[in-house]
Amino acid sequence: MMARWLPYPLVAAALAGVWLLLNETVSPGAILLGAVAAVAASRVLVRLDMPRIRPRRLLAIVRLTGIVLVEIVRSNNAVARIILGRRKGRTSGFVRIPLDMRNPYGLCALACIITATPGTVWVEYDSTDSWVLIHVLDLVDEEVWVRIIKQRYEARLMEIFE
Amino acid sequence: MIEVAADVPLWAAIPTALLVLLGAGLALTGSFGLLRLSSFYDRIHAPTLGSTLGIGCVLIASMFFFSVVETRPVLHELLITVLMVVTTPVALMLLARAALYRDRTEGNPDVPPLPGLDPEEPVPAPEGGEAPESHPAAAPAEEPASAVRTVRES
Amino acid sequence: MSAAILGWTILVAQIMLGLAMACAAYRVLRGPRAQDRVLGLDTLYVNAMMLLLTFGIRSGSTVYFDAALVIGLLGFVATSALSKFLMRGEVIE
Repeated sequence: MMARWLPYPLVAAALAGVWLLLNETVSPGAILLGAVAAVAASRVLVRLDMPRIRPRRLLAIVRLTGIVLVEIVRSNNAVARIILGRRKGRTSGFVRIPLDMRNPYGLCALACIITATPGTVWVEYDSTDSWVLIHVLDLVDEEVWVRIIKQRYEARLMEIFE
Repeated sequence: MIEVAADVPLWAAIPTALLVLLGAGLALTGSFGLLRLSSFYDRIHAPTLGSTLGIGCVLIASMFFFSVVETRPVLHELLITVLMVVTTPVALMLLARAALYRDRTEGNPDVPPLPGLDPEEPVPAPEGGEAPESHPAAAPAEEPASAVRTVRES
Repeated sequence: MSAAILGWTILVAQIMLGLAMACAAYRVLRGPRAQDRVLGLDTLYVNAMMLLLTFGIRSGSTVYFDAALVIGLLGFVATSALSKFLMRGEVIE
């Protein structure tokens, strides 16, 4: 019954939250209308037949978010120095990284993390051989980048999603 | 009219001012990087400055300022935050992939080839070694060739 | 006093954002390639959003917030549509 009426509870909760934020009110009428809209909209997703996901290890999610935020601030500083400074001999280039993760949500999160961090961009992913091509603005050592991506992000994402 | 319309105490004005300045500075740095960096794949890193921390600072400043002015928590800037967190990486990824596709179809030597299509270039390269320069005979592009290397997990 | 401090800093920030938009607009106009123009457009709309938010702080009205939200949505759609076009629009081979 629950699964039939509320197939994606997280999506529905997020939509209801967006509705309340947009209306800037917590009056009962807005909550009711928002709940109806959220349930109706989230049931549309059933047609897409997306793979199910269970939120697990909330602590790991919080820790990963903190790590990503710190990393974004640090990379902002680093990229700003590269743009404004006049350092010579900086090389940028592509790095191909083999991945162990297969979960689509985990890959999506990894792609967003890598691209949102200044200095690295996710360029291409091959699902048959499971590698990813990223472009790095300040490429000193490729091994370091492989290790960073695999240990700092991929291991934690696999812990969360798999 | 230089002064702002709403009057806030000094303890609220100074953090707002600093955050707005920091955000605008990051956006200007990022946009300046669009002019300064030499190749497209370098330039694609520049706007992320403004669209991550830059707009984050301005949004926090706006939330803080309006919460003080209206003496209630004003949180609807969170919507823009969520929007930027979701859309910026997706847009940049699509653009990077489109650029790579265009460069490959034109035979640009600066981008790594798709493995398995070109039998002359075995990818991935041997352990820790450097892949051979792709198409050394091709005419050099306007930008210096970036280091294209392939790495295997050790 | 505090209104003057805030007013001047926001004016400086708006000038900086205007310069940033000029840099992005240069990239849109000069290219050299289509993907550079799309990247410039992406930067341009993010800067425009920030400019609108600073206008909102300056005027003390939340109307600008909605405009910024609409710019963000349309900008994302524009960038992804243009990227898709760059991928699939040129079917010459």
